[in-house]
Amino acid sequence: MNSPAPFLRLSGIAKSFGGVTALAGVDFELAAGEIVGLIGDNGAGKSTLVKILSGVYAPDAGSLTLDGKPVDFRSYDVRRARALGIEAVHQDRCLGEKQPLWRNLFVGRHRAGRLGFIDIAREKTEAMTVLRDLVGLSGNGLSPEARVAGLSGGERQGLAIGRAMHFHARVVILDEPTTALSLREVERVLSFIADLKAQRRAAVFVSHTLSHVHAVADRFVILERGRVAAMRVKDNVDLSGLCSLVQAPGAA
Amino acid sequence: MRAFLARNATQACILGILLATLAVFVAANPRTFLAAPIYLAFLSTIPFTAIIALGMTLVIIAGQIDLSFPSVMALSGLVFATILPATGSGALALVAALACGGLMGLGNGLLVAGIGVPAIIATLGADFFWRGLTMLASDGLARSLVAFRDSPVHALLVGRLFGVIPAQALWLAGIAALVWLLYHRHVFGDALRFVGDNPEAAAMTGVPVRRTKTLAFVLLGLLAAFSSCLVCMEMGTWWPTQGEGYLLLVFASVFAGGTSVFGGEGTVFGTLIGAVLIGIIEAGVVSSGFSGFWTRLIYGLVVLGSVSVYAVLLRSRRR
Repeated sequence: MNSPAPFLRLSGIAKSFGGVTALAGVDFELAAGEIVGLIGDNGAGKSTLVKILSGVYAPDAGSLTLDGKPVDFRSYDVRRARALGIEAVHQDRCLGEKQPLWRNLFVGRHRAGRLGFIDIAREKTEAMTVLRDLVGLSGNGLSPEARVAGLSGGERQGLAIGRAMHFHARVVILDEPTTALSLREVERVLSFIADLKAQRRAAVFVSHTLSHVHAVADRFVILERGRVAAMRVKDNVDLSGLCSLVQAPGAA
Repeated sequence: MRAFLARNATQACILGILLATLAVFVAANPRTFLAAPIYLAFLSTIPFTAIIALGMTLVIIAGQIDLSFPSVMALSGLVFATILPATGSGALALVAALACGGLMGLGNGLLVAGIGVPAIIATLGADFFWRGLTMLASDGLARSLVAFRDSPVHALLVGRLFGVIPAQALWLAGIAALVWLLYHRHVFGDALRFVGDNPEAAAMTGVPVRRTKTLAFVLLGLLAAFSSCLVCMEMGTWWPTQGEGYLLLVFASVFAGGTSVFGGEGTVFGTLIGAVLIGIIEAGVVSSGFSGFWTRLIYGLVVLGSVSVYAVLLRSRRR
């Protein structure tokens, strides 16, 4: 393969919860502009792995290197991950429904002075740009004061992805981004993911809907009971091949 | 103007209710409600409730609740009423009372955010605990502070500016401005909104969820203690059941003011208006010729009515 060298590398990641092993030594790599589909059955460890990558959980063992430099898991949390450009995106789990769009864009990293007071005028101006240019939300009545509750599922996903792009995320983790969306909205989300790739950003796409993953991912990592059971590049596997791999990873 | 009203529909609504209530009282008893004295009396009594209600607003926005503030008032008030006569230093008494209130708030925060006990149970338990400790420490006896009627701390806390305006009203104005700035302009206020709205999203976006919850409880503890000092000075006495009467008043103020019971949103302005509304009801009801027993019933009605109306408003907006 002529894919570029990976800039992010997770190795030997292990995690268990109260004696139940969720991950038993997983290696995972990402290159710039690469979309990796992370697939596997319920309980295979997909969500644990992306939660470790995004700083929600600390692993019991394993290491993370970014641009060849080791990242210390002891001081690694969501805040640190975001600062390093690793950001998780989820339509319901990363937005405050009752809050205006501009607050959602900047939550956790407001443009604030030393005393912690927010530069609201600046954030609202920036928010308009993000909504128009990155999310493609337009039409009259579009306002940074509008609430997330008024957006459709696809628009929310777009908002979350636009937020990651605005803050120059290098790795966007998409956890079931197309669940419960209409067909048209799915198209939209998949095009957002294509935008990420066009900007040379990497993405981890976690989903049960293999056809969506297959449409945009360059490479597939199949997890099974906390281990990497198989790995395929897109050129070497079609959708039905991917389906049988997930159903019986050991047989492949 | 139209957009402004639409965005602030809840505030406009509560303001309308206040003006309508006032109009009814004026019609029922023009002699009382068209003269200055009753309004000056309101300025001296409403701040006690309103100051605590401001703190409670932040706690409820964060999706939490605090039932322990009546006992926080009692115990920090006892500290104030013990240290003041013992040392004669108003500054020392005030600082000790505030520290006491802040620590009790911290206790709530640690129980809720640290250990993970649901706030309603944790603070109910804390309320009993601190009330019990207060009774033990005071032997159930009141403390007179009449001797401090002319002390500087009395003038500072509850004196009358130009002989007319109660100092506690100025304190309320200052605290309201500060809380408004915190909630609307500061990252702490932003964190409160997201923690109450969607704790998972708050954690995913790097908001310090536990610290935010804890700080909200600490702030409410400080404000409850401060309000208790004001009450002690205004009444010239501390008594062991102090604070108990404020439970209903504070919640009624917050909910009438449009703060969502479900967390995530609320306004400082709404709570202020809510506190004024609740504060004038008793005087209005009694001076309109009804018995005082009616006031409780009306408070209850205000709470139930407001939370129901806002729940319906919220549902229609979601659609």
